[in-house]
Amino acid sequence: MCSPFRSLSRLRDVLLLGGVLLTVGPGCQRSNRTLLETAPMSAKAERDRPARNPYEDNAYAMTEGQRLYEWYNCSGCHARGGGGIGPPLMAKTWRYGKDPGGIYTSIVEGRPNGMPSWRGKMPEYQVWQIVTYVQTLDADRSIASPPGPREEHMQAGEGASSR
Amino acid sequence: MRRTAWSAALLLPFTACRASYSALDTASPEATRITNLHWLILWVTGVVSLAVIAALAIALTRRRTAETRAGEGRRARAVAAAAIVSTALLLWLLTASVLAGRAVATPVGPGALRIQIVGHQWWWEVRYPADPPSDTVITANEIHVPVGRAVLLELSSTDVIHSFWVPNLNGKKDLIPGRPTRHLLRPERTGVFEGRCAEFCGYQHAHMGFVLIAEEPDRFATWLASERRPASEPIDAAARHGREVFLSSACVSCHAIRGIGAFGHKAPDLTHLASRRTIGSAMLPNTDGPLAGWIVNSQHIKPGNHMPPNLLPADDLLDLVSYLRGLR
Amino acid sequence: MSAPAWEEKERAELARTWHEREGILGRIVSVDHKTIGRRYIITAFGFFFLGGIEALLIRLQLAVPENRILNPDLYNQIFTMHGTTMMFFFAVPVMLGLGLYFVPLMVGTRNIPFPRLNAVGYWFYLFGGVYLYLQFLGNGGPDAGWFDYVPLASSQYSTGHRVDAWVQIINFTEISALIVAASIIVTVFKQRAPGMSLNRIPLFVWAMLVSMVMVIFAMPAVIFTAGSLNSDRTIGTHLFNPAEGGDLLLWQHTFWFFGHPEVYIIFLPALGIISSILSAFCRREVFGYTAMVLALVATAFLGFSLWVHHMFATGLPQIGESFFTAASLMIAIPTGVQMFCWVATIWGSRPRWEPPLLYVVAFFLLFLLGGMTGVMLASVPMDLQVHDTFFVVGHLHYVLIGGALFPVLGGLTFWFPKMTGRMLSRRLGFWSLGFLFVGFNMTFFPMHELGFHGMPRRVYTYLPDKGWNFWNLVSSIGTVLLAIGVVLFLVNVLRSLYRGARAPQNPWGAETLEWATESPPPVYNFLRLPVVASRSPLWEGKELPVVTGLALDRREVLVTGALDGAPSHREEVPGPSPWPFVASITMSVGLIGSVFNVWWLPAGFVVSIPPAVAWYFTEEKP
Repeated sequence: MCSPFRSLSRLRDVLLLGGVLLTVGPGCQRSNRTLLETAPMSAKAERDRPARNPYEDNAYAMTEGQRLYEWYNCSGCHARGGGGIGPPLMAKTWRYGKDPGGIYTSIVEGRPNGMPSWRGKMPEYQVWQIVTYVQTLDADRSIASPPGPREEHMQAGEGASSR
Repeated sequence: MRRTAWSAALLLPFTACRASYSALDTASPEATRITNLHWLILWVTGVVSLAVIAALAIALTRRRTAETRAGEGRRARAVAAAAIVSTALLLWLLTASVLAGRAVATPVGPGALRIQIVGHQWWWEVRYPADPPSDTVITANEIHVPVGRAVLLELSSTDVIHSFWVPNLNGKKDLIPGRPTRHLLRPERTGVFEGRCAEFCGYQHAHMGFVLIAEEPDRFATWLASERRPASEPIDAAARHGREVFLSSACVSCHAIRGIGAFGHKAPDLTHLASRRTIGSAMLPNTDGPLAGWIVNSQHIKPGNHMPPNLLPADDLLDLVSYLRGLR
Repeated sequence: MSAPAWEEKERAELARTWHEREGILGRIVSVDHKTIGRRYIITAFGFFFLGGIEALLIRLQLAVPENRILNPDLYNQIFTMHGTTMMFFFAVPVMLGLGLYFVPLMVGTRNIPFPRLNAVGYWFYLFGGVYLYLQFLGNGGPDAGWFDYVPLASSQYSTGHRVDAWVQIINFTEISALIVAASIIVTVFKQRAPGMSLNRIPLFVWAMLVSMVMVIFAMPAVIFTAGSLNSDRTIGTHLFNPAEGGDLLLWQHTFWFFGHPEVYIIFLPALGIISSILSAFCRREVFGYTAMVLALVATAFLGFSLWVHHMFATGLPQIGESFFTAASLMIAIPTGVQMFCWVATIWGSRPRWEPPLLYVVAFFLLFLLGGMTGVMLASVPMDLQVHDTFFVVGHLHYVLIGGALFPVLGGLTFWFPKMTGRMLSRRLGFWSLGFLFVGFNMTFFPMHELGFHGMPRRVYTYLPDKGWNFWNLVSSIGTVLLAIGVVLFLVNVLRSLYRGARAPQNPWGAETLEWATESPPPVYNFLRLPVVASRSPLWEGKELPVVTGLALDRREVLVTGALDGAPSHREEVPGPSPWPFVASITMSVGLIGSVFNVWWLPAGFVVSIPPAVAWYFTEEKP
């Protein structure tokens, strides 16, 4: 039946396993979720035009951002990217920049012509979640990209079902 | 045998069950009927199981006798008889089950009290529809019902599948988005009953509870009338400042307080928050300390829930709590 | 006693023809059913240990109220992984492995009919499991339950790749199950020993046959279901989106249409194991062969008509639900008949008290209790109180562990001498069984109480004032005993592998054909294929007649008629080949890659064409 482990093949197996663990151990950035937002990110958004989105490409931030986009009524002016009172967020170019820092500042500071300032009203991590979400509203996003939030909402509470 | 000891132990905890939480501590005809059915099934299947175990024990330990054709014949007849008896018993249980099922799901007449329950991740929206619609009462996580009257619950959900369950009163019914369901309650005694969500719905399924209070009809009517009123006016300067804090913070984006212009509909309605016994979906008592802790960092208490932390300055927090505690 | 010269010559020629390569390459190209069956069993137990660690973590978290060892995100992943691992990666594969190993031996043939296809099945299973655990290690384990109800499992509420991993491993595990099912069904129908008519095949073979037919019907259902969820999540369909005309209950129906037969697929082979053990240790045939076979078939049929009992709380019409109550109650009858027949078997005999028999006794006790609670759950009003509570957790573990794991452990104890040529330690066997039995009851019996007291399942913690603290603590302590039992079993196996007493050909004096060859069997199974004239060939009292005339210089098996086992013709079966391994790698890369980008799927399919062509056109010469 099984032969006793030869020492060399066992060492090789251990190294292989270690290599694998090192590769996946740090965790897939896309799948990380932090449920207990610690104090710094819970403080109200204050900073001006930061450079990096700490939630870049994070799937949970995308769907949370989608939820918050509704809950803070962003869709009231921007619809679901199609615009209305506010400019469409599916457009290719934005007046004040599509970089994460620019979007962050738009939300925190507000902009002329009607974009309100959310300073003091929204914790910082929620601003970043919304930033992560609106970056996915690009109309050119290809269908082969990995699963993320959907434009059509998967819940019947937002409208009558077709039956 | 170990098995027999376990059977005896099985009965013991049921006789010493704690009040209010057990499916065996019944407070309605439906729950009683279900419990009786449970005892019937338990005894019938218990007797059959013990008989099989006894037969097995005898078979394992009896002295061996010579094989005979008559012995084979006897055994064949015994197996056939056992199969026929089991079938008959199962048919009996089937009949009992179907009859009980019909009894606990009788349609209710027009006099039933209608309550709409909408499930959210991870709290319960409770609506008492009325005519005119402006009299509709909206509250959260606490349901009051009058004793002695049928209550028809209309269940739906805005996000994922939840399940409504008050063990003392009846079985459970799922809340399915896009597919409204109905459930019947008929409490026959007053009491405070615990309910909970019974379908895995995400991070805080474990803490999605609610309280159901069955009270005398006149007390219920009083409660309903008081819930209909808009929010109470703040009684002192601190509470007034607290109202300002509410209206100028993120609270107003999600929570509603009728009468002061707060129309958020994503989170529990707070108009009569102070009249409720618990907060956080029956997680914490509704007193100053827990309420303050909840406002500042509900994520620490109920990680993953949709309410963000609110790091308010101490004075603002105290005044806000003082205002909210006045919303009777 | 030295063998005659002709026997030595034949043995040497057979060994050369059926030779298995050595080393890593040998392992990759092997197509021997025993090698692959053994691999299934060992890999399945590897996953069992992983699933057991997940279970220990769950019980550690639930030992005290408001415990903070696991946050809800990690807990959701762990309990999902526990269910997925145990159901898809342990319970079914271990039965497949036992069937693959023993069915050809029991029916008296040299190998299964599709050796290379079978190899693909195993590699698929292994790659699926490795992929799932790699993703779990990367914080991407599925977290919406092993049953993944939508909308929780939809892309809106389960974002990222977590549930996608679950969807993909369904393909891996269920395709491998289908492959094994095809192999075993054809083996049983077409490759039996001459004289082994259908009413002479062992009950274990009947159980595997019926279970594999269930696989053919159930696994495609779940592949379809998971594929539907996959398309909803990745390419934008709305099958389960009520806002766009889809239906949430569609998921539940199609999943449970697979999910309920799945547990019978797991359970039926266990019933076969019990029959094998009992007939050997009672030294008589199992009582009522025809009734036993009909009971197996009835269980399989009824098993497909029960699924709605998982959905009683969804508000379906009462009459419909009552039909499923009736079916759920009625399925107790065939299983009951089997139990009565087993008692009758023991009644007319003098049993020998060895560990395998004690596993059978443990099965009786535990499965009867699981059956009791099952009858309660079959009743709609009763179910509506205990559905989705710890009562169900208690029930399902009683029937799955009591009804499947204990028989498997008993079967492994029974067949260990045959598979390895060594005897397991009797003393350690008794001790491990004792710890397992006591630990199991201590862990799972209190759960019935917790369910009645209102504790729902799939909760990461509970509030301290509900009255659930004591029994949760007892249950968690019980897992320690259970774990000790498992460890003792493992120690027994490992020690006996190297230091156990050498096993003779038929240490238990059993009657079926696998005991008619050496321990462990040679690659070619039998020196000469036996001919049988009864259900218990080794108890016929004389030397078994054998088949002569089969070629020794090529891999030949005897094909016989489906009903009577009359010899029909000789067929050459393929030998070792690397192409199954290569093809399974390319397909796996395609399936796994499709989680991250949909275009990997067609790419994987295209890249699998060359190995498939090579597979078809090449033949390893022995």
